[in-house]
Amino acid sequence: MSERLSAADVAKVARMARLNISAADVKRYTQQLDGMLDHFADIDNLQLADVQPMTQPFPLVNVLRADVEQPCLDREEVLSAAPAAEQGRFRVPPSGGEDE
Amino acid sequence: MSNFSTATSIASNVATGSQSAASVVEEHLQRIGQREEEVHAFNLVTSAEARERAADLDARIARGENVGPLAGVPIALKDNMCTRGIPTTCSSKILEGWKPPYNATVVDKLFAAGAVFVGKTNLDEFAMGSSTENSAFGPTRNPLDTSRVPGGSSGGSAAAVAAGFAAVSLGSDTGGSIRQPAALCGVVGVKPTYGLVSRYGLVAFASSLDQIGPFSHSVADAALLTEVIAGHDPMDSTSIPKPAPSLVSVLGRGVEGMRIGRVADLPEGADADVLARLDAAFVALEKAGATIVDVKLPSLSYALTAYYLIAPAEASSNLARYDGVRYGNRVAANDMNNMYADTRAAGFGDEVKRRIMLGTYALSAGYYDAYYGKALKVRRLISNDFAAAYANADVILTPTSPTVAFPFGAKTDDPLTMYLCDIFTIPTNLAGHPAMSVPFGAGQANMPVGVQILAPTLGEEAMFKVAAVLESAA
Amino acid sequence: MIDNGLPEGWELVVGLEVHVELATKTKLFSGSPNRFGDEPNTNIDPVTLGLPGALPVLNEHAVELAMRIGLALNCTVKPSTFHRKNYFYPDLSKAYQITQYDEPLNVDGFLMLPGGVRIGVERAHMEEDTGKSTHFGGAGGRIHGSDYSLIDFNRAGVPLVEIVSHPDVRTAEQARQYVNELRAILVAVGASDAKMEEGSMRCDANVSVRKYGAALGTRCEIKNVNSVRSLGKAIEYEARRQIDVLETGGTIRQETRHWDETDGRTHTLRAKVDANDYRYFLEPDLVMLAPDAEWVERVRAALPVLPAARRANLAALTGAEEDSEAIAVVVERGQDTYIEEVKNSGGDPGRALVWVQQSFAEEGNAPRLPAKDLAALTVLERDGKLTATQAKTVLGDMLVAGGGDPAAIAASKGFEALDTSVIEGFVDEGIAAQPDAWAKYCAGEEKAMGALVGTIMKLSKGKADGKVVTAILQQRRGS
Repeated sequence: MSERLSAADVAKVARMARLNISAADVKRYTQQLDGMLDHFADIDNLQLADVQPMTQPFPLVNVLRADVEQPCLDREEVLSAAPAAEQGRFRVPPSGGEDE
Repeated sequence: MSNFSTATSIASNVATGSQSAASVVEEHLQRIGQREEEVHAFNLVTSAEARERAADLDARIARGENVGPLAGVPIALKDNMCTRGIPTTCSSKILEGWKPPYNATVVDKLFAAGAVFVGKTNLDEFAMGSSTENSAFGPTRNPLDTSRVPGGSSGGSAAAVAAGFAAVSLGSDTGGSIRQPAALCGVVGVKPTYGLVSRYGLVAFASSLDQIGPFSHSVADAALLTEVIAGHDPMDSTSIPKPAPSLVSVLGRGVEGMRIGRVADLPEGADADVLARLDAAFVALEKAGATIVDVKLPSLSYALTAYYLIAPAEASSNLARYDGVRYGNRVAANDMNNMYADTRAAGFGDEVKRRIMLGTYALSAGYYDAYYGKALKVRRLISNDFAAAYANADVILTPTSPTVAFPFGAKTDDPLTMYLCDIFTIPTNLAGHPAMSVPFGAGQANMPVGVQILAPTLGEEAMFKVAAVLESAA
Repeated sequence: MIDNGLPEGWELVVGLEVHVELATKTKLFSGSPNRFGDEPNTNIDPVTLGLPGALPVLNEHAVELAMRIGLALNCTVKPSTFHRKNYFYPDLSKAYQITQYDEPLNVDGFLMLPGGVRIGVERAHMEEDTGKSTHFGGAGGRIHGSDYSLIDFNRAGVPLVEIVSHPDVRTAEQARQYVNELRAILVAVGASDAKMEEGSMRCDANVSVRKYGAALGTRCEIKNVNSVRSLGKAIEYEARRQIDVLETGGTIRQETRHWDETDGRTHTLRAKVDANDYRYFLEPDLVMLAPDAEWVERVRAALPVLPAARRANLAALTGAEEDSEAIAVVVERGQDTYIEEVKNSGGDPGRALVWVQQSFAEEGNAPRLPAKDLAALTVLERDGKLTATQAKTVLGDMLVAGGGDPAAIAASKGFEALDTSVIEGFVDEGIAAQPDAWAKYCAGEEKAMGALVGTIMKLSKGKADGKVVTAILQQRRGS
């Protein structure tokens, strides 16, 4: 194994992506992801300094819409699909205070 | 070609009254009844809605109304397209039971064209996969040999058409998810130019790569469907500001004088039986008056890497909204972060989790330049390669899939093995070009082989002309 | 050295980040109404809620308003792109905010404070607002220790412009002036109603201190400032806090601090386990925004005269100091055009400024009193026919009546300015009546004049012009 990616890296990324995965899974994913990154190392040595990144296949500019009201969704229909709702709003457990 | 009725013939018969929409629907529902348990093409069959709709269409036609170019055509939709009031699950536990409060634009267009929806088809979870084995609700089986996969991620949509459950269906293609299952199931599958078909209401996997397209038995049906679903949509900022192209009308024009590109440095990996059918396709086109030219796409071998860094990166962001707050299934917890993390751990399958983590890593501080940033540059190289090639060729031909349909479990041990299914289809998504797969004979175990026709941006006309010729030569 | 209120040798360095809600009808990326105060979750659509399959489309009027702001701040409008800022929070429905990152719409501008200090504006970019979380249970609506939260997405997707200044502010007073001036500009160009109390303008301050001549110190970001007054207090507190830390040998940790209005201090937010890595990348669902030269010019040409220019114009017109309170107040009320009208009717603009400042607080930008009537009043004053005190009385009557002929009103009250020779007579009487005061005044005690003037005014029954009396006294003294 090439050790591009450690279990600590995977655990950190899982936290960042809000995925509670078990230690056994961390180990398994580390092996799989590390294998992938090893394969993806084929681009490491390409000379790309003068190449412009490509983010969009069809380059459009200034796609805009008029500032005109459109019909809204029905609140009842939306809230009935919510896992928890109260007083017309979505209910969630309290944050740990991390992202005020 | 199969014995199933084409959309073109159904629409014509129903519109003229020589066949009722109701009888067409019954015919298809009956086939579903006979084989769906075995094939499992659908997450949901909407038989009641389909019958009601067919009856309504028949009544309107009886009153002399023109109900549209897809009058009475039974159509199946991949379960990652929003259908108002009808569950849209993306074959994921996290969205199991979720009913969107709105329709995808393509759904509205098909409805306005007179189509009859028969159900939502199975897919690899969130469109991530090449075999439909990643569905949270069980795999779909290839109707031609149920010990084999139908391909993916749009395996259900491909199988639905192959088994005659629907005359045509819609899938989505991010790295080959329409074309590869089309090849494996022996049907036609089209990925249009990026931006030709609206993505509004398509549950996003990788935003700069996703496109919706049709599965069908005939090239003419594929052209007709593409015409109906294409065209500018103001709800999608990446939608090309042009009306839908006219494609059915070009089908008979032949390929006299066209230049067909053969990739001289095609990446290895295709089986011999597949390559043999590709060779035969070149022969057929030459016979029909086209010229074969060699083209080189030197960066093609890096396409897989670029794709598997770009797509998961975009996906990691697109799938972050599945947090149990506003919709979908939630796992309760005492605090918000644990609610998110438990909900997502329980709701997402293995492959989805892997890609989210890979994508998050590729975008993260310290790694962006080495991974995502570099991949975007490789994307540019591939696009440049194609531009150079299309200076000398009108279309390019390659295999669609490196192999015919493979048995269940054959490629699930190592994720990379599965990723290699997409080596020939991925480059077109990166470049944003159109491509389609046309069945062209059989390979091993008498399983169908598909040939892929690639064209430059908005080159659908050339692509369909070649497809029509191959279809008649197959 | 500037007086920044800090111990000697310490320099205050402040940069301000102001978020402004734009006055559009609909949201930045979708057609739901941009409206405050509606029932929760009634201004929602698939894009606002981050539903699967939803896609953003940019609001043209939001771009127009964002350009107005940029051009009013002397920025250059550039081709720009949108990025995703990825983080998890319940009021962020997509788990990413669409914002502008390394290619913002407006760059390299500045704002002149009244008084001539130039504060650089680094950028003014567009981004979408989040929804609103309300916390329940626990102690007093704060997130720490709450039992649950309820989320309303009405505000999610509202268009914002974030205006980032260079760290050019050097005193708390300058910070207040910056925010006030910015607000005046935003209102003048119609981009926003910019009310801090209502949340349509939000202000964060990046504060650091250093010894004069030293390198920039570590800065702390101060959030939760809800008024201009608090902004000044928070900056002053934070500067002193940092100086205390540094002078006792400590170091400043770069962090975000929360201003608490009730205890008058900034507090550290709970330390984060993993600092947020936002994983910015170009938003693939949007395309480049590059307003063409014609559009930019149209916006620039349509800009109203901005407050700074209006103050300069009014100062030139009236002869008052540009950074005087009179000028600031009258321009803020929008009454500068009125004073122009008074001048055009032949009136004295300097006197008009005084009256408008003093007496027109409730009049708004279209005072009821016809300009020609006020003009006539100022002419009477200028020609010495009415004293200031008399003019004030006449003005009072004119305001109540909504107009009038000042000469007639003065006559009806028996007001007339006195002839100088008559005033000289009263001065003689006054000096005779106050010999001690006169002696002191002649000896140089300026304060003694008050008693003299008081007596003379009484003798003349208030009809003598105070300025003339003073001039005669000075002349008599020989000074």
